[in-house]
Amino acid sequence: MTTRQHARATRDTRTAAGIPLAKGKIVEARDATRLLEAVIRPGDRVCLEGDNQKQADLLSSALLAVDSRKISGLHMVQSGIVLPEHLDLFDRGIAKKLDFAYSGPQSTRIASMLFGGKIELGAVHTYLELFARYFIDLTPNVALIAAETADRDGNLYTGPNTEDTPTVVEATAFKDGIVIAQVNEIVDKVPRVDIPGDRVQFVVAAGRPFFVEPLFTRDPASITEPQILTAMLAIKGIYEPYGVQRLNHGIGFNTAAIELLLPTYGERLGLKGKVASRFALNPHPTLIPAIESGWVEQIHSFGSEVGMEDYIRARSDVFFTGPDGSLRSNRAFCQVAGLYACDMFIGSTLQIDLQGNSSTVTTSRIAGFGGAPNMGADARGRRHPSAPWLQAGREADPDGSALLRRGRKLVVQIGETFGDANAPLFVEKLDALALAEKLNLALAPVMIYGDDVTHIVTEEGVANLLLCRDADEREQAIRGVAGYTDVGRARDARTIQRLRERGVIRRPEDLGIDPLDADRGMLAARSIKDLVHWSGGLYAPPSQFRNW
Amino acid sequence: MEDLSFRHSTPRRAGGSRPMAIIGVVASGNLEVLAERVLADTDCLLEIKTAAPGFGEVWKAVVTDFVDRHSPGGIRFSVNDGGARPDVVSLRLAQAARLMSEDDR
Amino acid sequence: MSHSQKVASWYEASARTRVRLLLDPESFVEFIGPELRETSPHLRLFDLPEQFDDGIVVGHGQLDGSPVFVAAQEGRFMGGAFGEVHGAKLTGILRAARDLKSVPVLILFDTGGVRLQEANAGELAIAEIMRAVIEARTAGVKVVGLIGGRSGCYGGGGLIAGCCSALAVSEQGRIAVSGPEVIETNRGVEEFDSRDHALVWRTMGGKHRRLLGGAEFFVDDTVQDFRDAALALLASVAPFTVATLRAEQERLEDRLRRFGGCRDAVEIWAAQGVPDARSIPAMPADAFIAIADKLSRSRRDAR
Repeated sequence: MTTRQHARATRDTRTAAGIPLAKGKIVEARDATRLLEAVIRPGDRVCLEGDNQKQADLLSSALLAVDSRKISGLHMVQSGIVLPEHLDLFDRGIAKKLDFAYSGPQSTRIASMLFGGKIELGAVHTYLELFARYFIDLTPNVALIAAETADRDGNLYTGPNTEDTPTVVEATAFKDGIVIAQVNEIVDKVPRVDIPGDRVQFVVAAGRPFFVEPLFTRDPASITEPQILTAMLAIKGIYEPYGVQRLNHGIGFNTAAIELLLPTYGERLGLKGKVASRFALNPHPTLIPAIESGWVEQIHSFGSEVGMEDYIRARSDVFFTGPDGSLRSNRAFCQVAGLYACDMFIGSTLQIDLQGNSSTVTTSRIAGFGGAPNMGADARGRRHPSAPWLQAGREADPDGSALLRRGRKLVVQIGETFGDANAPLFVEKLDALALAEKLNLALAPVMIYGDDVTHIVTEEGVANLLLCRDADEREQAIRGVAGYTDVGRARDARTIQRLRERGVIRRPEDLGIDPLDADRGMLAARSIKDLVHWSGGLYAPPSQFRNW
Repeated sequence: MEDLSFRHSTPRRAGGSRPMAIIGVVASGNLEVLAERVLADTDCLLEIKTAAPGFGEVWKAVVTDFVDRHSPGGIRFSVNDGGARPDVVSLRLAQAARLMSEDDR
Repeated sequence: MSHSQKVASWYEASARTRVRLLLDPESFVEFIGPELRETSPHLRLFDLPEQFDDGIVVGHGQLDGSPVFVAAQEGRFMGGAFGEVHGAKLTGILRAARDLKSVPVLILFDTGGVRLQEANAGELAIAEIMRAVIEARTAGVKVVGLIGGRSGCYGGGGLIAGCCSALAVSEQGRIAVSGPEVIETNRGVEEFDSRDHALVWRTMGGKHRRLLGGAEFFVDDTVQDFRDAALALLASVAPFTVATLRAEQERLEDRLRRFGGCRDAVEIWAAQGVPDARSIPAMPADAFIAIADKLSRSRRDAR
């Protein structure tokens, strides 16, 4: 009878190899590289934490410094490719294969490395898919994670930026993997136990905070009049008629404008208490005025946001916090919340085609998917009803039998017809297709599929794709809000007129909105300083956002 | 820089009695529009100096829609454009038309 | 003034809007207006767009019933920078005031300094403007500067502001000659990190200028507050004499003596007796004004 316990034995052998470098579980920062050389084997699957916000930067540098004759050919499985070191590993041959979900700051370099054959791509995932595969076929052998503090038993406090860590550790620790954490400092007692010590083999005392960037802060001073107009159209044309209470906002200036219009325009429309009360959302500073004005009951967050820590503590009625008072975020659960417990996703994108497929990929940038496809998809496994969900289902299938007619999640794409560098939002063919051909991918990297999109909002109006009866109407509805782009100018005027009469396209004047009224005076806060005032001085914006 | 010029006939004269109005600022993504009531009642002229060459067809479509919607007869519009998007252009032209429709003080 | 005008943000407003809301309703008459198309003769060479008023609005109006000349820079056009025509318009209005002797001038600064594309003409204009300010003041004209726009008051603008009878500044305003990036480039990031906005504002921002005596009034970011400050300064500014200049020299020497060894503005404020100096940047306008007024009634006899 052969034993099927090889993995446990291997884990114990690896741990033993690292013990000489540790005092108990604690390893000094200067020994980090030697620890990794002792514990990692060539060809291992390694999760180098690589979250959307926080980065295990000390462990990244330590891994980059290993002897590539000892450690090579690693298969990196991590959410985010964010630091230059994450890609330097491939340049040095330490890493060979990659499965990931998001690469924002490295999107150009990763594209050129993929084309240049420097990286063998497994697949680009959404966050939730990658987390799911950690448990089935991409389980890490080694997890290199980041936490704020640890005690001598290896209990970890991950704090507001808990993010992916519990998910990564769950998969790694319970499948006989090795977990190594970098922490800002070792303490006698952690404020709360986010990761129990028996899941952690080694703790490296970094002596400095892990890398984390503010990604969800949008300066109200940068919000333009067209963005205010699209926000008004979204609130009047979608939030109000569907009565959307539970929702997720993708990050961007359009949604920031919506957040800042709730206490003013939303109030004027009498919508408080009727819409936008429960969010799957990172702690956006631009939501502070709505929270302070009593719009928001509850928010669950994927991660945190630099500068919001004290505000969150003081608003524990709204946010999820631990017994210590600080935020507890969790990306996996928040993604699930957005998928199944929210009735609407609204966010922006870079390109939309004539079927409504959208993508943020261009031929020179591969940003990955992040969580948007999870948010921006109809959750066909959903069973509990809600008013907006049922209403959308009726619009999609007016002749269907009511008892067998599932509802639909509202999936809204919002943006100006021309984006940065005056690039058109609407295109005949997505760049994602050209990229797929170039890289020989099985599928073009589409962020949100046209058959999931229910509405498109631009400064030209709101297109309700649920009410379109066929592909041709759908195409014309899209052209009808595509403004002066080539796609928009090729519209068929008569079809557009009919669609407008049916309410498939609604222009500002159809919703009682005068574009000339969309002015910055409508924003509840017009500067970062205003947000600080709204928060009673609790919000502490990072230096780059200050102008005082 | 590119210079563009569009002449239109309108069914009606623009309302109001203001002789002149100016709106907007020349900056990246923005534009200024100077409106002067100096033409015959059913004449409309738009002269554009733009920092983003090659968008003549888009300007033509924006201007045509603006004239059709507002019928600004008698007005000469002069535009200095810093590379604004079409929706911002439409907005400024509409703002200029609204200002001109006020009565002169 | 309507309620919305009272709370209108100075920072957010265009130059034209500031002039319109600052002065008595419908009292403003523009000189060399945009319809005259006196644009820059140089920008086309650089393939850059012009603005019909070359980024500055000048003219005559009433402030609470009394005549004033006004010049307002548009900080969003080429950073409000001085070009040949822009500078000439300001020179002209100051010389008109000098010749008339009885009408004060309000300069609404919003400038990064000289326009590089017109550097020689721009620098020359700045020198002419400084001379014109002094000549006007010598003739008995009050020249008051209002500072609170996106571009601040830098370079030649900072020099001109230093020649004015008095200044009112808001928190968003900054007054200096060299800008933060220039200092960093020349002296290194350890000396001055231009991305550390808190440091920039401690060093050059409105609150520090008020506490240091570089500006007479600190105001909240509303048109109403700037209007009230303008009226108060016009009513209280002292005559321009040799005695005034001597008092200014003494003020500056005293300042250097007291604070020349300080490494950061917070040390200066603490040395001035500000309780909890670190709380100054986050302090709301009215609380700050109360503290500043308690520490030092602004010296009307200097400058």
